[in-house]
Amino acid sequence: MDISTLIAGLLTIAILTFLYRDNPIYKFAEYLLVGVSIGYALVIAWTSTMMDLLFEPLAGGKFSLIVPLTLGLMIFARMVPRFSPLSRIPLAVLIGSGAGAAIPAMLGPRILTQMSDTVGNVVGTGAGPSFSGIVVLIGLLATLSYFYFSRPHQGALGLSAKIGTYFLMVFFGATFGYTVMSRMSVFIGRAEFLLSDLLGFMK
Amino acid sequence: MSRRLAQIICAIFGVVMFLLFFSPHPAARTIALTITTEYWQVIYAFALIVGAVSFLRVNVKNIQRGQDSGYRIISLIGLVAMPTVAIIWGIGANTPFMWIFENIQVPLQSTVFALLAFFVASASFRGFRARSLPAAILLISAVVILLSRSWVEGQFASGLIATADWIRSYPSMAARRAILIGIGLGSLTTSLRVIVGIERTWLGGGR
Repeated sequence: MDISTLIAGLLTIAILTFLYRDNPIYKFAEYLLVGVSIGYALVIAWTSTMMDLLFEPLAGGKFSLIVPLTLGLMIFARMVPRFSPLSRIPLAVLIGSGAGAAIPAMLGPRILTQMSDTVGNVVGTGAGPSFSGIVVLIGLLATLSYFYFSRPHQGALGLSAKIGTYFLMVFFGATFGYTVMSRMSVFIGRAEFLLSDLLGFMK
Repeated sequence: MSRRLAQIICAIFGVVMFLLFFSPHPAARTIALTITTEYWQVIYAFALIVGAVSFLRVNVKNIQRGQDSGYRIISLIGLVAMPTVAIIWGIGANTPFMWIFENIQVPLQSTVFALLAFFVASASFRGFRARSLPAAILLISAVVILLSRSWVEGQFASGLIATADWIRSYPSMAARRAILIGIGLGSLTTSLRVIVGIERTWLGGGR
């Protein structure tokens, strides 16, 4: 067994000790993960953004990049209380442009496409509406009515909202099932590593 | 003054980005692309450095106060080690940087992710009780999805995969679409509030 496998195995076991309870070995591994992850993110941001997108093109004569460079440097003002209001300028660019880009982006795929796909399954097919298409349409309207809080959920709205909760429960149940499966498959991967690579019980 | 200036810049960039989306002119596309790929990425990268410096300052302060000093030193060693080895040996294949990533970060991250399987299973064991109709529907939906990808499907119930796929593609999809529409409407109104200056929490406190 090489040193890499030993270290990876010991760190895996260190995290798994949390199943017993919070303990110093787990905390060591947890703090190490936090530090290493931030260090990794910094290095990747430096190489893939700062060097590839900023400094190298800037050195190559693309002087329009002085604008994002200045905005980026203004963020550092946050660390000096006297100059911290300056850091609002890059934030304003980021949030303003993000909000402006979000409006058409949300309107298209998040709202119109979802509505179009739902209605299209019922009225857009040449063969007439399918049972499943009607289920989706009813489910969508019922669930939306559950999220309508401007009126009390009574009468027809109350009934529709109640049906909406049933559809939400189906969604939560299905999402839960897939989440458990994905986590389990990751755990199986770790267990396989421990049993085969580290301990050599499986070949 | 700083707050007002920031609000004006925010509104200008918001309106410009919104209008650029509808313009088919190549210059408009280039400007939109420049803002999203250059401005956003560069500001994010600088913000990450500010975050790392802030993390460093908080930890050093707590080490000086003697709060979890040993663990915090481990964190700082990890934080400093990654850029240091990257500067000395680079970040290509078979470098110490990749060795730390593959043998320390990846096993730790995936085990933390896997650990949640136990907590999810334990929470469901305690919480999954068919006390009401909605709770029963939640339970049935989860059980069908889970069993459809297990050995039970092949041994006893051959239609489970089809049932699970139908649940995922239709009733579950209906609720998912409603949630997506809700998120879309919420994001839309929040964006409009930010651009017109009603939503100002991002400005923070102070002058």
